[in-house]
Amino acid sequence: MQGRVTKGGAPVPVGYARLLNAGGDFVAEVPLGEDGGFRFFAAPGDWTVRVLAPGGISADLGVSAANGEISEFEVAV
Amino acid sequence: MSRSDVLVDADWVEAHRDDPGVVLVEVDEDTSAYDKGHIRGAVKIDWKQDLQDPVRRDFVDRAGFEALLSERGISNDDTVILYGGNNNWFAAYAYWYFKLYGHQNVKLLDGGRKKWELDSRELVTEVPQRAATSYKAQEQDSSIRAFRDEVVAAIGSKNLIDVRSPDEFAGRLLAPAHLPQEQAQRGGHVPTARNVPWSKAAEDDGTFKSDDALRELYSGAGVDFGTDTIAYCRIGERSAHTWFVMHELLGQPNVKNYDGSWTEYGSLVGVPIELGDGS
Repeated sequence: MQGRVTKGGAPVPVGYARLLNAGGDFVAEVPLGEDGGFRFFAAPGDWTVRVLAPGGISADLGVSAANGEISEFEVAV
Repeated sequence: MSRSDVLVDADWVEAHRDDPGVVLVEVDEDTSAYDKGHIRGAVKIDWKQDLQDPVRRDFVDRAGFEALLSERGISNDDTVILYGGNNNWFAAYAYWYFKLYGHQNVKLLDGGRKKWELDSRELVTEVPQRAATSYKAQEQDSSIRAFRDEVVAAIGSKNLIDVRSPDEFAGRLLAPAHLPQEQAQRGGHVPTARNVPWSKAAEDDGTFKSDDALRELYSGAGVDFGTDTIAYCRIGERSAHTWFVMHELLGQPNVKNYDGSWTEYGSLVGVPIELGDGS
């Protein structure tokens, strides 16, 4: 799955995206790219992406992954 | 020992980074992170290029470690402050590695690079120039490093803590979700191992939880605080994070990091493997 983090329409280049499993447990984390982008390789199923950014920002997004598909989304914080 | 003997915060770093006798060292998995920006005054150690033997699967030898630290301008009397990305995985690994070679005065920056960034603290690109030193290392301290045979012998007698994600523990995945699938021959875990993912020891911002919360976390998972402990993961860096928790924060006397970890164990001929999520 891959996504982009934006704030006011502009990419957020400093921050982190965490992947949490259905139980809310940490699975993976990556720093955001300069374009606010992030990517995870995840097994099919339901996940939560938690975005952490400066200024105390912490936002959760529920995502579903399916085999052979790329889930794409934008997270506005 | 108290927490401040092993852990410092960002305010401490900003106040002391220019003290003679204090050296900041950044250690990352993504070694380009330092180049893009680092805490002013920090030198870089590449956990792969600098700390691993290029041919054998082992660490650089004592002379190699001495040459590395001498070249970085780190002396035996320096207080080394380690930090890095991935919630301080590799900084914790380097901490354990420094201790392995006998450097006692070493601490982690709580929250590592991530918390520094989330707090919008300054990162710079200028690389500090430190005069070379004549660093002298000890022989490796085997009381904190576990090898393959000891791990097999520990089944049923010592705490084995598997700090990987539940999917890796159960055998559904062979590597963390954000890395290409680097292979052990088999998935699963060492029989009797308890799964306490490293991440449960830290908050979202990368800082360590309180001693009480940590003690409850591990005892709740069935870790016996009256018994010796071996921690492992895939290649021994996440388990160094847990080694730090058990040995440095909670003061457990006999804790080893099994750096061969699952990439070794999961490919060994003849050793027992357990699948599934455990009890």
